[in-house]
Amino acid sequence: MKPKHIFQAEGIVAGYDDKAVINKISLEIPSNKINVIIGANACGKSTLLKTLARLIKPTSGKITFDGKSISKIPPKQFARFVGLLPQSPIVPEGITVADLVGRGRFPHQSLFSGWTKEDYEAVAEAMEIMNITELANHHIDELSGGQRQRVWIAMALAQQTDILFLDEPTTFLDITYQVEILDLLTDLNQKRGTTIVMVLHDINLSARYADNIFALCEGKLVAEGEPSEVITSSLIKEIFGLDCTVIEDPISGSPSVVPIGRHHVTNGMHSLGNG
Amino acid sequence: MMNKSIEIIIAGRRQRRRRWIVVTTSLAALLFVLCCAMLLLGNTIYPVKDVMLALLGYELKGVSFAVNSIRLPRMLAGFFAGIAFGIGGNTFQTMLRNPLANPNVIGITTGSSAAAVFCIVILHTSESIVSIASIIAGLATVLFIYLFSKGKSFSIGRIILVGIGIQAMLNAAISYILLVGAQQDIPSALRWLTGSLNGAQMHELPPLVIFVVIFAPIIILLGKHLSILELGEQSATSLGLNTDKTRIILIISAVFILALATATTGPIAFVAFLAGPIAKRLVGVGFSNVIPAGLVGANLVLASDLIGQFAFDVRYPVGIITGIIGAPYLIYLLIRMNQKGEL
Amino acid sequence: MNSSIDSKNNLLKPHIPRHFIAVLVACLVMLVLCIIASLVFGSRAISFNELIAGLFHQNVDSYGANVVRQRVARTVFSLFCGAALGISGALMQAVTRNPIADPSILGVNTGASLFVVGGIAFLNISTATQYIWLALAGAMITAVFVFGIGSMGRGGATPLKLVLAGAATSAALSSLVIAIMIPRSYVMDQFRFWQVGSVGAANWSSITTFIPFLIVGILLGILSIAALNALALGDEVAKGLGVRTGVLRLTAALAAVLLCGATTALAGPIGFVGLLATHVIRLILGPDMRYVVPMSAFAGAIILTISDVCGRVLGSPGELEVGVVTAFIGAPILIIIARKAKVRGL
Repeated sequence: MKPKHIFQAEGIVAGYDDKAVINKISLEIPSNKINVIIGANACGKSTLLKTLARLIKPTSGKITFDGKSISKIPPKQFARFVGLLPQSPIVPEGITVADLVGRGRFPHQSLFSGWTKEDYEAVAEAMEIMNITELANHHIDELSGGQRQRVWIAMALAQQTDILFLDEPTTFLDITYQVEILDLLTDLNQKRGTTIVMVLHDINLSARYADNIFALCEGKLVAEGEPSEVITSSLIKEIFGLDCTVIEDPISGSPSVVPIGRHHVTNGMHSLGNG
Repeated sequence: MMNKSIEIIIAGRRQRRRRWIVVTTSLAALLFVLCCAMLLLGNTIYPVKDVMLALLGYELKGVSFAVNSIRLPRMLAGFFAGIAFGIGGNTFQTMLRNPLANPNVIGITTGSSAAAVFCIVILHTSESIVSIASIIAGLATVLFIYLFSKGKSFSIGRIILVGIGIQAMLNAAISYILLVGAQQDIPSALRWLTGSLNGAQMHELPPLVIFVVIFAPIIILLGKHLSILELGEQSATSLGLNTDKTRIILIISAVFILALATATTGPIAFVAFLAGPIAKRLVGVGFSNVIPAGLVGANLVLASDLIGQFAFDVRYPVGIITGIIGAPYLIYLLIRMNQKGEL
Repeated sequence: MNSSIDSKNNLLKPHIPRHFIAVLVACLVMLVLCIIASLVFGSRAISFNELIAGLFHQNVDSYGANVVRQRVARTVFSLFCGAALGISGALMQAVTRNPIADPSILGVNTGASLFVVGGIAFLNISTATQYIWLALAGAMITAVFVFGIGSMGRGGATPLKLVLAGAATSAALSSLVIAIMIPRSYVMDQFRFWQVGSVGAANWSSITTFIPFLIVGILLGILSIAALNALALGDEVAKGLGVRTGVLRLTAALAAVLLCGATTALAGPIGFVGLLATHVIRLILGPDMRYVVPMSAFAGAIILTISDVCGRVLGSPGELEVGVVTAFIGAPILIIIARKAKVRGL
């Protein structure tokens, strides 16, 4: 089991070109849990994730990891604890799966070293978890979207971090692969206790797979907690501006959002949504 | 289960490493052969023994002068400039993740070229001043391209367009300097327009050699960092790479060697563009491309110079040969990238 | 309700750009100033009396008067060349629907150079008319080639693709140019006069050679102007509006190449004038081709003549060739466009 870490943000403001996208957010990431950040487009989900993962410097506020400010931790050392899978990672042309996953070992290697036994083990293990061992010596260009995504997650796993940030890991994937990826991440969390923090688009999958939800609206943190407490029709109205009714997911028992539009609404439901 | 996976990975990597070693050794061997050819071939072909003795410092009438004052400096200039263009070009191409983003296309060598031609033709300065000026101009060109192409988001297209714009100005300046300064001194004009090893002299070489010996190893050492940069800003940062610092070290090292090579031989057309992609084609992906790119660069320069000297009844400068080989490849690459929708 | 119909009517009326009259007057004033400057300034400045004597008193044979007479030819030539380049740039940009189409960027100049050099080396040509036809052929073939490569693949001819195709082609062709020249010093000699991109060697015979090409080019351009406005909306829309896009492209491109090819043949490669002229005009007057094309002619003539004057003054006692000056003025425009263009468009 991965050790417990205390990862806190206090009043952080961050954005691009002096324009604050997230405004005074304070939070603590529950350790060894699956955390999902939800919110409408351009509400700052991705910016929050990147700021926590040190890709963006906050203009004010502070982020601490086990009590130490993250800007004071040397980059390589931080990268041994915290990994990030960007939304659209860049594939070097012609690279093989094993070599790409192996690049995740960078924070554990020195300037002169080649691959050590630990490197091989970490890469093999990451590829087994993601079920891509048979693809080891294939070129990335030959893979399907779902397979690629698993390769990228494997690269982040080979980094062997206790905390893993993922920026929309299921976007552009068919629903089958979305579920597959989320199942694999849940395995990872349950078997190893890896803390997962991800941005997801699908509100219902978020509610099903998350242990903890951070709901953002216009750069502010508006709700936080277990899905069953947080996901309510009034919250959805607040962050998406959408009328809906929240029912119980018949499979998992988690909350499930059913939108209400202007058409195809049977009698009586309008008032339910608006109320 | 675990052991089996490790074996699969090791087997694949061993195979790729073997290919890397075979290719790199062959490139080095070929380079050695070309270096020998540069020393042995010429207007008069002297016996191997005489050439060796002349190189070792024995005074042999005719041989000593031809070998030590003409062929050796020519060979060394081509060798080191080739390595510099190959490694420098490959560094930019890998860092910006685009084979088109090379010093030839975005005008870094043109900056150095303009400074060198100004110092040599107008100011008649010494080699060391020429070297310094060409380095400063190379760095300034990079800085300008960076400043002008900086926008909300990183765009390789913008870098290339800005580079081509700056290059157009620099080229105009070069042709003007040549026109007023040298009274159309044709050999020197050719050197600055296309790159040439003609008239390379021993006393011009030390700056180039020293900088290549110092900065090429730095880039080779940072090969692993370069391959992490290739994953993009976000992945590289989250893997714990200090991207800004790495990029600055790489750019400065690459510009230093590119600028000195340009100041010595002129901007030998397309070597900086061709070396990286050819090396990648040969060694594959997975192991560092830096050393093979340097070797390919040197091979290209020396082979093209031999072709230019001996294949036709007129002697062509090396840059004409590399230009005629390189430009069609650039066009081919454009067509391929266009068809794949990468541009 | 009424007001919305009114505004609709306004939209349907032939719309004269807001500043059109002001711009027209400004252009005319600048044109006159340019002409005076071009006659007066140079490596030897001319006094007012000499100017009058040179222009109006043919019997006065002072040195100053002769200089003025020589500069008259030069000025007329540079006005014509500038106008041709301006129209050519506007047409090319419209045909390729691309903001950076310019003869120098599309490699058309180098294509013309290669043919001229080849002609001098292998066909023994030496007269201005022969230069023109060869340069035209070279320009046309290169333009088709570069545009062909640049428009392959998704998204058609984006600025980036065109620039790269042009740069690559230029590089290849200039290697060939030098390869042809190296063993033939006499070609180098003849070619040098041509290659610098200058209006300094102009005389009345080069002007009379140039005029027919200018007229035909302008006529073809006028024929295509209205339809080019439709083309700006995209091929499908233009076809929907009844434009025969193939014929239109051919006509307009022919006009563009004719104009810039003839200029290149007589004055040598001069870059960026068309790019600069068209952009300035479009910035002020908007995208309507009926105004952009003729006003670009004015702007081109002014830009080229001013650049020539600057070159003479800055380069004194010699002169700075106008091609060098326009590269320094025009390249920043390319950079500005690159900065403004949307990322996808690149």
